[in-house]
Amino acid sequence: MAMSSENEHPVKAFGWAARDSSGHLSPFKFSRRATQEKDVTFKVLYCGICHSDLHNVKNKWGITSYPVIPGHEIVGVVTEVGTKVTKFKVGDKVGIGCMVGSCRSCANCKDNLENYCPKMILSYGTKYYDGTITHGGYSDIMVSDEHFVIKIPDNLPLDGGAPLLCAGITVYSPLKYYGLDKVGMHLGVVGLGGLGHMAVKFAKAMGLKVTVISTSPNKKEEAMDHLGADGFLVSRNIEEMQSAMDTMDGIIDTVSAVHALLPLIGLLKTNGKLVMVGAPDKPLELPVLPLLLGRKIVGGSGIGGIKETQEMIDFAAKHNIVADIEVIPMDYVNTAMERLLKADVKYRFVIDIANSLKPI
Amino acid sequence: MAKSPDQEHPCKAFGWAARDKSGLLSPLCFSRRENGDEDVTIKILFCGVCHSDLHVAKNEWGFTNYPVVPGHEMVGTVMKVGSDVKKFKVGERVGVGVIVGSCKKCESCQQDLENYCPQTIFTYNSHYTDGTKTYGGYSDMIVVDERYVLRFPDNLPLEGGAPLLCAGITVYSPMKYYGMTEPGKHLGVAGLGGLGHVAVKMGKAFGLKVTVISSSPKKETEAIERLGADSFLVTSDPAKMKAALGTMDYIIDTVSAVHPLLPLLSLLKLNGKLVTVGLPDKPLELPIFPLVLGRKLVGGSDIGGMKETQEMLDFCAKHGIAADVEVIQMDYINTAMERLAKSDVRYRFVIDVASSLSQ
Repeated sequence: MAMSSENEHPVKAFGWAARDSSGHLSPFKFSRRATQEKDVTFKVLYCGICHSDLHNVKNKWGITSYPVIPGHEIVGVVTEVGTKVTKFKVGDKVGIGCMVGSCRSCANCKDNLENYCPKMILSYGTKYYDGTITHGGYSDIMVSDEHFVIKIPDNLPLDGGAPLLCAGITVYSPLKYYGLDKVGMHLGVVGLGGLGHMAVKFAKAMGLKVTVISTSPNKKEEAMDHLGADGFLVSRNIEEMQSAMDTMDGIIDTVSAVHALLPLIGLLKTNGKLVMVGAPDKPLELPVLPLLLGRKIVGGSGIGGIKETQEMIDFAAKHNIVADIEVIPMDYVNTAMERLLKADVKYRFVIDIANSLKPI
Repeated sequence: MAKSPDQEHPCKAFGWAARDKSGLLSPLCFSRRENGDEDVTIKILFCGVCHSDLHVAKNEWGFTNYPVVPGHEMVGTVMKVGSDVKKFKVGERVGVGVIVGSCKKCESCQQDLENYCPQTIFTYNSHYTDGTKTYGGYSDMIVVDERYVLRFPDNLPLEGGAPLLCAGITVYSPMKYYGMTEPGKHLGVAGLGGLGHVAVKMGKAFGLKVTVISSSPKKETEAIERLGADSFLVTSDPAKMKAALGTMDYIIDTVSAVHPLLPLLSLLKLNGKLVTVGLPDKPLELPIFPLVLGRKLVGGSDIGGMKETQEMLDFCAKHGIAADVEVIQMDYINTAMERLAKSDVRYRFVIDVASSLSQ
């Protein structure tokens, strides 16, 4: 008979979980494994709320196995390290992003691309090596193999730094891979939410000119005065879009809803790159002639490997980049999810776990 | 009042033109400009029949300006050079491809990417800098600015080399730009026609493993035994397609009909690149998840600049690459077009202009 979540492991843990596809989260007793020789155990201080958490708790992708404790933008302080751990010690500030395991032997793992390993283990909702299901960061403690733990530099605030572990790496990785990281380049950012606002900040730090492309004219002031974008285009304004044609080296598209690619392809210069980091659940229409006539590409990217995630955190610390957040207590999480659904947040909710997650 | 084609310019010329959207070609007397200081006058010997010629003859893209003399894969000999011409002399073998002009000043032109200049002038059905229409290679002679003329290597056969001027550069350019030249890597070529068969030959010359991806099982023997492909994948065979998942570093997609991209994307490895050089007349469906989960991309490419086209010809001469052609007489052209519409040719028709074009 399968053990209950509370009894599967020796260490008591507590979090909030969704139990069915209503997505409603509530207190949940469970357990974590004892610290193994290569594990790092840490007390969770903050956890960011990613839109993927919302998709998952409501089983939008059809793969959720309940109960599920979401959260993959987790930061905290190390409380115990295994005997063979070399990179961390008690008291270190650390974080965990989307992954807690991979095969460690395939070509992708050896290339520091654990996120593309066919046996990659997600921080929540996936079967771990011991057969138990992983539970995420809406909880009081985390235990992880040290390979997947990220060191948080001292000068990076933990609350604003938490969302970097998913939103941050999701936009940083493609900026590097697609070569959209050179001083003076012009980058478009479609969508101004958790991912989009991070893309603006990273690109500005890399020395790029940034134009935000959005359906909402009322985000213009935010984008330009607060986030430092150089320009703002309302995607429904045909004149604005036409006047910006052939001006951008690349575009990071964070929009997950189905939307038109043709106007975005038109904004690109010759050899321009449109990079999708949002994942609409239906195919989009790809007009082929504009790709040909300008030798343009549409590419994708998904999070990043551990080495690159560490590089991104260090870059953020050096340039004082953190997410814009709204810190909430644990028991606000269901309201936060409702607001997230309506994109009513600037730009990430972060749960103050340490001060508000109280065991029942 | 607009001048008639045979009176616009001082030099008499003769070719075959389409006059309406039936696309049927028939003799046309027209004229070419006087050879200017930077121009080269060329007697046309052979001209390849590109599928674009068919599309334009029938106004399938909606911008044909009749009468149109198609043809942008021509080879011939130099008859005259202007006083400022440096690269060519009378008697040399030369080629002319898809473009005969560009602005020469923009960033693309300065980077030898005349094909991406916003003011590219096409060899036919365009307007030249003097406002007159351009006429293509289904004709006896042409006058071209030397910048847009290619030196034709001595050891390339004229008939087999002509199609390289469009088909050849159309696949060579993306193979270089998208990095499809690392020996040992695996290239898929979707579609085995004029473009596809040249891509197979070039892929092998780059030292790649090449798999042809096709909807026609009967092309397998050709692909492997005659063209040298390493393997052949029929898109309608689910077991074979499944076995090939995640095995290719890149795919050149030459298919012009609307077709699904998901099966092709699935054949790519992580970081794989699907490059489309065919021109479907409707948008394709692009599933985004495979791009995100595998960091894959779909890119386009359009012929190539003059410098690269010359590089491509020299590469083909060095590796003995020429198109597989069926040489035809000028008066066979309408039948050839009908057969081309049914893909009934291995793999390019080439018109023997010099021997068969007579008034």
